[in-house]
Amino acid sequence: MAFYDKLFSALGLSEWCGTSDDKAPLSLADLAAQAGGEEASGPLMPIPSFDNLHESCNRIWQSRDVTNGIEEGFLAAKPVLKTVLDPITQPLSWMLDGALWLFEAMPWFIMVPLLVAISWYASRSRPVTIFVAVSIMLLALVDHYDVAMQTLSIIFVCTTISVLFGVPIGIAMSKSDRFQKSVVPLLDLLQTLPTFVYLIPLIFLFSVTESKLYGIAIILYAIVPVIRLTDLGIRLVDRDVIEAANAFGMNDRQKLVRVQLPLALPNIMAGINQTIMMSLAMVVIASLVSAPGLGVNVLRGIRNLELGVGIVAGIGIVLLAVILDRVSKAALTRVDKTQVKH
Amino acid sequence: MTQPMVRLSGLYKIFGARDKDVLHHVQDGMGKEELLAQHGHVLGLNNINIDMQAGEITVVMGLSGSGKSTLIRHLNRLIEPTAGEIIVQGEDVMQLSEDGLRHARQEKMSMVFQKFALLPHKTVLKNAGMPLSVRGEDETTCDREAAKWLERVGLSGFENHYPAQLSGGMQQRVGIARALTANTPIMLMDEAFSALDPLIRTDMQDLLLELQKELHKTIIFITHDLDEALKLADHLVILKDGFVVQQGEPQHILLNPNDPYIEDFVSDINRARVLRVRSIMTPLDGGKVPKDAHGEVDVNDTLESMIARSGGDTSHAYVVKDGEQTVGTLDMTELVRALVPRVASEAGARQS
Ligand SMILES: Nc1ncnc2c1ncn2[C@@H]1O[C@H](COP(=O)(O)OP(=O)(O)O)[C@@H](O)[C@H]1O
Ligand SMILES: [Mg+2]
Repeated sequence: MAFYDKLFSALGLSEWCGTSDDKAPLSLADLAAQAGGEEASGPLMPIPSFDNLHESCNRIWQSRDVTNGIEEGFLAAKPVLKTVLDPITQPLSWMLDGALWLFEAMPWFIMVPLLVAISWYASRSRPVTIFVAVSIMLLALVDHYDVAMQTLSIIFVCTTISVLFGVPIGIAMSKSDRFQKSVVPLLDLLQTLPTFVYLIPLIFLFSVTESKLYGIAIILYAIVPVIRLTDLGIRLVDRDVIEAANAFGMNDRQKLVRVQLPLALPNIMAGINQTIMMSLAMVVIASLVSAPGLGVNVLRGIRNLELGVGIVAGIGIVLLAVILDRVSKAALTRVDKTQVKH
Repeated sequence: MTQPMVRLSGLYKIFGARDKDVLHHVQDGMGKEELLAQHGHVLGLNNINIDMQAGEITVVMGLSGSGKSTLIRHLNRLIEPTAGEIIVQGEDVMQLSEDGLRHARQEKMSMVFQKFALLPHKTVLKNAGMPLSVRGEDETTCDREAAKWLERVGLSGFENHYPAQLSGGMQQRVGIARALTANTPIMLMDEAFSALDPLIRTDMQDLLLELQKELHKTIIFITHDLDEALKLADHLVILKDGFVVQQGEPQHILLNPNDPYIEDFVSDINRARVLRVRSIMTPLDGGKVPKDAHGEVDVNDTLESMIARSGGDTSHAYVVKDGEQTVGTLDMTELVRALVPRVASEAGARQS
């Protein structure tokens, strides 16, 4: 006898429910109870869950039907989704693979000076540049140069794409309150969803051997700040300056290119800095779905309890993070400085 | 009379979503406070009719919140009116297409702002050249014109500075240079000097008058400072709660305020420094010049200089000259009377 029997008979639904003692698939708890040879004797009043209600009424789902249903629905939609998404996202795989090849194929004695030069160009700061050079050589010293470059290539591609898409989306949001209202919940979702969770549908959609799988995961996660801060930056542009732009007859394009984007640049750069840091965080998790790089070593450290390997890779990630953060922050301060107001 | 450069007629502006629906209340005489209390709409402008003549400085004066900024922004339609006509150079601004409006903003009207509103990431030279580059002029032309006007406002040598490196007064010079580079017949100045220190403000007023002597632009100048208004205005418009309380020749308003509000305004100023002989002299009827005149004075002398000249003796009388021509006589007793606001306005009321 199940607890909710009386409820259904009281509602006059016994007939609709069907006989409750037929041998339909039972829940795991029931099976365990049967094996023990006694009636499942739950608490006095079991919580009204699908499984508990099912005991009294066969017509009601079991919880595993829900998960099954979602899975089946997803599988049914998969061919359609795949035919649409596959070609669209294919270039991402090419870019990731291409960048990986490029970063690996480039001899270190070209690559390292190049990175140092880029750091100098972006930051114009001697300490930052020296720090970058020393860090990379340290990574090389412990034979982590190659993996670090793999990680860097992924971050490079994902950040570039995030900026390429994020900035225009941010601009569109700043232009239309309605668009902003509809996008913000989506951004909130992307940022709050545990990172592992949105790997799940991606694994279904794409095969794990495709690099776009982790590419999409990283981009979805990391694109949020650059969108938000572009939108915010443009909305915060001094209204008086916008009014002056209008008064001198600028059209929308001129206003955007000559006034709004330059004045929003410090905020956009802050967004890019965060985007870089978030792709770095995600690239480690993405090693679960075959992203190469430092994350793989961390994973190895966890799986095989190889403490040293994990820790060295972890320190490598920290070094990379500090490099990327310092360089992009220094670039940001440099941009900010030309715009100080008294 | 020639066609005015700018004509505003029957202009209303009500801020709020249903401005057109509540307009008739205002037209039936409802005031600003009632409208806000009963309908939740803010009355910005209430039946404005102003003609602004070419080559003149029209000053719009009023306390903060009286609708000055709202008024000036209607000329280039930065704000859309609720009702009324805005005619600039004979052309109805309300009929312009989007392109036409942009064209008018580029070629007809330039604007100077209270908070300067310069582009912080551009140099002084590029800021001043902005109106031309917006029109698509090539860089050499923009830079040449910008440098020319920067020199004219006394900023040569600062071309490659950024706005943040300049003082407020210098930034506003850039703002004026920018408006001049646009080379438009009309200049709109919204409290252009209000953010500056008093001494610098005086300098800027002098600069503006000096430029105007040469350029003869049609300037619409907004201020809340009566001294500034009287110094600059050819035509003075006094605004209160969105409607025009009085408009006309500034000296005339000073002597004949038609409203207690304006009397309050004018009671605080140094009348001797502002009033000129021409406003208080007795016009010459039939050409009899008093025999006992103490000398000749110019119509545009201030009363202050007259007091100095007479040594404070109220029995003196002078012959007033406009150039070579004798146009009237000035009795020092009249002059003293004109210095007291209440007496002056009563005398004015009796005259008219
Ligand atoms: N966008 C707006 N929405 C609502 N009310 C406004 C708006 N702009 C101005 N006002 C109101 O209109 C009146 C006139 O404002 P404004 O033209 O800025 O005055 P002033 O420039 O003379 O100080 C004020 O009461 C102000 O609160
Ligand atoms: Mg104002």
